[in-house]
Amino acid sequence: MKINSKQKFSSGHMACAGCPIGIIARTVLGATDEQIIVSGATGCLEVTSTVYPNTNWNVPYIHSAFGNAAATISGVEAAYKAIGKKKKIGRVRLVVFAGDGGTYDIGLQALSGALERGHDFLFVCYDNGAYMNTGNQRSGATPLGADTETTPFGDRSLGKNISRKNIMEIVAGHNIPYAATANVGFLNDFQIKAKKAFEIKGPKFLLVFSPCVNQWKYPPDQTINIAKLATETNFWPLYEIEKGKYKINYLPQKRIKVEDFYKTQGRFKHLFNNENKKEIFGDIQSIIDEEMIKLKKKEECS
Amino acid sequence: MNKKNKMEALTGGHAVGRALSQIDPDVMAVYPITPQTPIVEYFAKKKANGEVDTEIIPVESEHSAMSACIGASACGARTVTASSSQGIMYMMEVLPIAAAMRLPIVMAVANRAISGPINIHADHSDAMAMREHGWIQIFSENVQEAYDNTILAFKVAEKAMLPLTVNMDGFITSHSVENLEMINSSIIKKFVGKYDPKQTLFDFSRPKTFGPLALQNSYFEFRKEIFGSMEGVRDIFVQATADFEKISGRKYGSIERYKAINAKKMIIAMGSVCGTIKEALNSIHDEREKTGLIKVRLFRPFPYKEIKEAVKGVEEIIVLDRNLAFGTRQVLAGEVEAAIGRPVTSIVYGLGGREVFEKQIVDVIRGRHNNQFLM
Repeated sequence: MKINSKQKFSSGHMACAGCPIGIIARTVLGATDEQIIVSGATGCLEVTSTVYPNTNWNVPYIHSAFGNAAATISGVEAAYKAIGKKKKIGRVRLVVFAGDGGTYDIGLQALSGALERGHDFLFVCYDNGAYMNTGNQRSGATPLGADTETTPFGDRSLGKNISRKNIMEIVAGHNIPYAATANVGFLNDFQIKAKKAFEIKGPKFLLVFSPCVNQWKYPPDQTINIAKLATETNFWPLYEIEKGKYKINYLPQKRIKVEDFYKTQGRFKHLFNNENKKEIFGDIQSIIDEEMIKLKKKEECS
Repeated sequence: MNKKNKMEALTGGHAVGRALSQIDPDVMAVYPITPQTPIVEYFAKKKANGEVDTEIIPVESEHSAMSACIGASACGARTVTASSSQGIMYMMEVLPIAAAMRLPIVMAVANRAISGPINIHADHSDAMAMREHGWIQIFSENVQEAYDNTILAFKVAEKAMLPLTVNMDGFITSHSVENLEMINSSIIKKFVGKYDPKQTLFDFSRPKTFGPLALQNSYFEFRKEIFGSMEGVRDIFVQATADFEKISGRKYGSIERYKAINAKKMIIAMGSVCGTIKEALNSIHDEREKTGLIKVRLFRPFPYKEIKEAVKGVEEIIVLDRNLAFGTRQVLAGEVEAAIGRPVTSIVYGLGGREVFEKQIVDVIRGRHNNQFLM
């Protein structure tokens, strides 16, 4: 039976206007026609889609806590191996949805354990670069210079003073068969990657760029434009690591300064008002350029 | 008693491992910690030898152990784990979630002190730390009880739809070799029956959402459901122990009374110390002492009625706690006081595996020990 993605994640969820997490959920669930079980980490997607007695999940769904979504799906996989045949339930695809907090930070240990053990599941991180569900506190994914509630700008602060973690490299270090970045602004690429992930056996990882209207502070109709700009400025390169081989999926036609991406969001406004603006963006640009050079070298070498 | 049942000499850890392997659960997710490890090592060997079909998940932490158990149990798999001390503290976040999802996960616990300072020996602090989170808790005095309680556990937990811990004292029981009477595997399998819950993640025609967000209008109701079910465990336990007696010949209640009829003085305790207390009571050999023991076997839900009944006419009650609560009444002492409505003498003993000798118990009985701490 073919269930379309709209049926798997229904309308009527409570995410903010302009938030793309519904698109992310539907894109992933729509990439396979097979049965799916979802494990969700505590976070925006979970609280906006499972308010009792309602649910937007028309597939079996389990949420237990914040940092343990990957461990929970490990248990589901073991149960499937143990009693799946006996219960005659056929083939099942296992998916985790977690935000960046539930992936980079509190969920990292459970994620690492599940990747190392080699469970057959797809981990999807919707990365909005901070703890948005609790009101914009910094996470390991928060970019340099962002004004958050726990890295506020002030006379002696430019917002977050260190770069985000490279979670892709951490994940790749587990030698899993497939890891890729994706972006809601590049839906076709995202769909292809989700489909591909479902075709591969073992642990898979998708890191999806997910702009946040409220906390990045931009108008709700700009989500996709901002998402596109992130990739066009190399702030969010689209690439995949398949069996250790790097492949950049999209290279911007012309060079756009990362400043143009920063400019679209209120969380970086203080940087533009700073008297050292030129130096600040010079530094940020050189970090972005360096990262891109490294990524290209990895592609060449692998 | 079944005459065919054979005796074996096993440690508590191996006895629990044996009981689990005889039951052959669907999933075990586990992380090593002393003094629990003999249970899972024993079980892993059974798996390696093809004697059990259980899917073992060697997780990277206790937090993930309990989380994986939740995932597996929600699929309708009979699920087990084992832990101690810091492991239980580490999985604390997920323990109440297992109860709230009504998942009858069985956890074998070799009770150990909690840090700090770090200590690996017998102590009930770990069990006490998880006592209000919807887990049924059974305490074992010796290896035989640890084995029997493990078999009993599945019957009770799955009927109540609540998770359950089988507690035994770390090292004292988990690592001591004792003779015990084994039960035939086919009899055990028949006793525990099949686990086949109605609501699972494997229902694709009517998909369920497990673990929703319950706000002001529903959270209270969810918690009240757990409360009601826990109250119902008392009757389930009575029935399950009656059924267990039929296959084992061993009669267990939620409490055990020892020399307790017409006693004027009563000691109330849990775990391996009860063996020492029984020895002390036997050694006194003096009818005039008229001292008895109440051993608490079922700690959650607490057997208030049984204890109230058992201390009728008793003049002095001494409650021994193997954990030290700070800034409040000691746990077991407080529970007994709540049960009987009058104060008891509260004594804390055995923290961090501190030995307790028969002579010390005799001193307690004869009123020669006038200190809150039996050190």
